Amino acid sequence: MLQQKTIQPEIDMITHQEDRLGGVFDAVKRDDTFPTAVHDALHQEDAVIEVNDFDLWYGAKRALYSVSLVVPRRKVTALIGPSGCGKSTLLRSVNRMNDLISTVRIKGDMVLNGDSIYDPGTDVIELRKRIGMVFQKPNPFPMSIRENVVYSLRIDGVRDRGVLEEVCEQSLRAVGLWDEVHDRLEDSALRLSGGQQQRLCIARAIAGEPEVMLLDEPCSALDPIATQRIEDLIHELQGRYSILMVTHNMQQASRASDYTAFMYLGRLVEFGPTEEIFLKPHLKETEDYVTGRFG
Amino acid sequence: MSSRRRVSSLFARGEPMVWLTGAALVVCLLMIAGLLTIVIYNGASTFWPKPLTQLTTHHGKTYLGEESQNEDYNPATAAVADWVPAKKRPAPEASVRRRMYRTGNYEVFNTHFTWLSDYEIAEEFEPRWGIVVERQEWGRFYGKPHAFHVDGKPVANEPAAVWARFEELHESVRARREAAGELNDNDLNDHENDARLERTSARLKDGADSDEWREADKVLQSVRKRAEEERIAIRRKTQAMQAENDRYELIVMMADGETKALKLADIVRAYLPNQLSLGEKWGVYLSRWGEFLSDNPREANSEGGVFPAIFGTIIMTLIMSILVVPFGVLAALYLREYAKQGTLVSIVRIAVNNLAGVPSIVFGVFGLGFFCYFVGVGIDDLLFPARVAENTPTFGKGGILWASLTLALLTLPVVIMATEEAISAVPHSMREGSYACGASKWQTIRKIVLPRAAPGIMTGMILAIARGAGEVAPLMLVGAVKLAPDLPMDGSFPFVHPERSFMHLGFHIYDLGFQSPNSKAAEPMVFTTTMLLIGIVVLLNLVALWVRARLRRQFEAG
Repeated sequence: MLQQKTIQPEIDMITHQEDRLGGVFDAVKRDDTFPTAVHDALHQEDAVIEVNDFDLWYGAKRALYSVSLVVPRRKVTALIGPSGCGKSTLLRSVNRMNDLISTVRIKGDMVLNGDSIYDPGTDVIELRKRIGMVFQKPNPFPMSIRENVVYSLRIDGVRDRGVLEEVCEQSLRAVGLWDEVHDRLEDSALRLSGGQQQRLCIARAIAGEPEVMLLDEPCSALDPIATQRIEDLIHELQGRYSILMVTHNMQQASRASDYTAFMYLGRLVEFGPTEEIFLKPHLKETEDYVTGRFG
Repeated sequence: MSSRRRVSSLFARGEPMVWLTGAALVVCLLMIAGLLTIVIYNGASTFWPKPLTQLTTHHGKTYLGEESQNEDYNPATAAVADWVPAKKRPAPEASVRRRMYRTGNYEVFNTHFTWLSDYEIAEEFEPRWGIVVERQEWGRFYGKPHAFHVDGKPVANEPAAVWARFEELHESVRARREAAGELNDNDLNDHENDARLERTSARLKDGADSDEWREADKVLQSVRKRAEEERIAIRRKTQAMQAENDRYELIVMMADGETKALKLADIVRAYLPNQLSLGEKWGVYLSRWGEFLSDNPREANSEGGVFPAIFGTIIMTLIMSILVVPFGVLAALYLREYAKQGTLVSIVRIAVNNLAGVPSIVFGVFGLGFFCYFVGVGIDDLLFPARVAENTPTFGKGGILWASLTLALLTLPVVIMATEEAISAVPHSMREGSYACGASKWQTIRKIVLPRAAPGIMTGMILAIARGAGEVAPLMLVGAVKLAPDLPMDGSFPFVHPERSFMHLGFHIYDLGFQSPNSKAAEPMVFTTTMLLIGIVVLLNLVALWVRARLRRQFEAG
């Protein structure tokens, strides 16, 4: 059986230059879990999501090793780490998108504002309505811009034109798309440019008034200018929404996020304020990664 | 070493493959172009008025007719000796042209066509007053206008005067004939049938000689009596009209000098082909097309129109599409979206694909056995016991509904396959996006998958229409008939008659080409009908293509 380990604040004590090596590589070698180095600042934060000892397997392959973290309310939290480290898997576990893959098994639980996510009694559809998600590739639906934005209202059966109009305008304004598309809301959303499509997808997520938003590498399919706009947008949403974001791009994490979690081969290695993670990380492995020595 | 390199580089460049693939395409295009050319050339020229030729042989026999085809052949020496004076004989074994003339006048000659060899002919010319008379019965009559009789007395003797009389009176006589035909009221028969069925029902329910039966019998007798009275009144009226029509006769002189009186009312159309201007030729041509497209057939389908067949084809195809698309889409949705992908689903998929390769006549046999004899007879026993007792099945025989269902079954695999392909081509990211918004599986299918797959589903429908509209073999078993003047939709209650037999263009072509007692005369109609069928299939497809293009535009970027 796996040895269950919880967050160990004590790890914060390990700050000596000499033994800063946290032993992640050892844990990987032993196929064992790793105690996360959690920075103090996080203890003052109010959690919108709590992940407790979460394990996940794709068939026989284990992808997450006893991950525990809190997603602070109304803050932007970035998940960084090399490819295949489980960032996206963790993100997609929050709104149970991994349920769609039949081989996935999990252990442990997550809590969204006090409600268990993986409790057998949880209604997945209701749960997903409380969580907004934006994907790596813009995925507007094959319908008009307006219908895209109000999709989550439509599936709830909202028919009041006034409400739909209002939500549509507010959401589009929130992502700065209103001025660009207000005169062609009936056009197909597929005719927008890639960057506009991605902002539309964010607007679609916002329209559902989510308690938390998940962004899965929202800029990786976009050109630099569109990327800049999305990052600015994330900045604007900061403080209003709780955001959990996966990114490949370290600059993006450092520019756009309040907190950064570093993952490596299925383990959450270190989690703290972005500034600390990038400037004075507790662990040598984190430092090596953020300075580009490996990954 | 170097030679080996050269060989491989030739294939690497792919020159031979370009030629091979190009040639294959050219062969395909040539075949399609050839087929269309033959059908359209023959089909479009059928109704064009041809000149009338009068021919005299060396033996002094005269013929009058329209040339319908010619060919080169080697006449038997004996036959040549028979026709031609010795000095004019061709060299033995020489190839000679012979022409086939449509000489009509079937009741006189007992044939519609005559072959004449060039060597047989002493004289030929196009008589200025040659007349072509298309009749209600017996086919065409060729001759010269000889006289015009009113009440059996000649009122005109000169061809020009006769023709003027004919043109003056023909239209009103035809109109009167049509009016008399419309007086025949089908409602009378319907009422009588209903009353009789009531009586049969009473017999089945309460036994013969019961009070109910006697009551129904009384009603029937009174209905019959009233119907009979009305029929007599109608007959009196139509007889008066007919008597008026019978006063007018066109006397036509045949090439051999004999005359024949033709009742004006029986003449559909007459014209003087050798005097027609180009505009008048177009007039005859278009009027024949009009008749072809809008009238009922006559003369064992070889003349007149094909309107019931056009109507039957289109209605059957539409009913088939309405039946097959929802069924196919639902089945494909289950296979692709709900069923757990595994061996069983693979087997089902292979079975469905193989169903597309089953010969269509097999579906016809199934349709006859299942729809007509099982479902249909069941419906009849349940709903129309009186008709069963009278041995006139309603649903328990071939009908347009059963034909449509059979074809729906036949085209189902096409729709399922196309839909499956379209559904699986919907990007996974779109479904994920929908699920992430909190949509259920069905909401995702209805709002994302189906709209996005709609153009692909339309493709399946187009293929189904193309296959279904042209299918003939199964229809012969489940409801297509040679002649069905009662359309499956008309003004008599309940307006839609899914149980009725119907005419179908494909079956009509088969019937004209192989079942006609006068197949030579029907041959041009085979091409014209084929052209029409191709045209209708193309038209139905164009509509579907247009719808698909509209759907696609909705989802296309840029």
